[in-house]
Amino acid sequence: MRRDLRQDVPALTAPSDTAAGPAGGLPPIDPGVLKAARRQLVVDGTGLVASAFGFGLVFGLTARSSGFSPIEAIAFSVIVFAGASQFAAAGMIAGGFAWPAIVVLTALVNARHLLYSAALAPWLRSQSFLKRVVMAHLLTDEAFALASVHFRRLGRVDPAGYWIAGIGSTFIPWNLATIIGVLGGQFIPDPRVLGLDIVFPAAMAGLAVGLANGRREVVAATVGVVCAVVIGLLVDSRIGIVAGGLIGPFAGLAIPARAVADAPLAEIDEPLDGGMPS
Amino acid sequence: MSTGLIGLAVLMALVTYPSRAIPLLAPGFDRLPPRALEYLRLVGPAVLASLAASQIFVTPAGASGGPTFHVGIEWLAVAASITIVAWRRNLLAGIVLAVLIVAGARALGLAGA
Repeated sequence: MRRDLRQDVPALTAPSDTAAGPAGGLPPIDPGVLKAARRQLVVDGTGLVASAFGFGLVFGLTARSSGFSPIEAIAFSVIVFAGASQFAAAGMIAGGFAWPAIVVLTALVNARHLLYSAALAPWLRSQSFLKRVVMAHLLTDEAFALASVHFRRLGRVDPAGYWIAGIGSTFIPWNLATIIGVLGGQFIPDPRVLGLDIVFPAAMAGLAVGLANGRREVVAATVGVVCAVVIGLLVDSRIGIVAGGLIGPFAGLAIPARAVADAPLAEIDEPLDGGMPS
Repeated sequence: MSTGLIGLAVLMALVTYPSRAIPLLAPGFDRLPPRALEYLRLVGPAVLASLAASQIFVTPAGASGGPTFHVGIEWLAVAASITIVAWRRNLLAGIVLAVLIVAGARALGLAGA
């Protein structure tokens, strides 16, 4: 990660379609800085591509063993595009559960996307309605994590970065792997044997570190972890994740703002500084 | 070729899409007060850390009972990964290190898959 990419200036005011937005009150971004940030985004996303691909293969295999036809498995990955609920649904179909139960579980499992969408909304408000309609469908754990860090790093929204995160790092590998898995899954080794199951938590933790650049973020993340584990053990891991995401920020807000990184967004109006030494 | 489950996929998408789209598409999010925007800024680190911790420490409920606390090689791998990310600012290096630790430990029989 280059030091000349600001990570502490989450200005949300660029209404133009590209990261370079003089009309939005921010000066045009240095193309070199933008290129470096996108390169970093691609590098950050590489591990997630491996993870999405590995588990997409497993989903294809699971779907086939649960009685899905190839077109049904592909439809799940394209239309639903939410890994955890797809795995849960495949298991429930194999177990003979009724559709309403699967649909209700899906809504609960995917409720955390509400937090992602709310957190990204201020960044993406400058995008056209139609684009946001498509962006919403691509909003996954991985897309949120990569895009959040990328926008924060740049200090402004970069639609191309969102497409890289949502399509390049997740949608394409997940769907490609589903096709391969459902058609030829018997030849695929278990990703766990290769250690690929650690990619997702390691990536999420690493991206959280990238966002934790102030006391408030650190407190929010720490309290989120405690809530996720405790409530996850007492109730359910999915509810624990949502609770951690909801309660952690409240704890962060309780910490007095100190530095630029802790200042409320509306008080920050600094442009991107592309000249910091690397 | 069977296509009956496509209907289920559509229903699942119909209950998933609103949680992804409502805040992004609702016009009110353009005019949130600073305190609310600050809260949303903190959602990122909180929810990502929660996701990681839940995956590492909480084993989901199974046929044998409710969720259980789990401390294994995954914790060590993610801790090492975080250290690399914080020190070198390199996410990919952190992920590769985590994979090597977990795959190595499992290959040596020091940890279960």
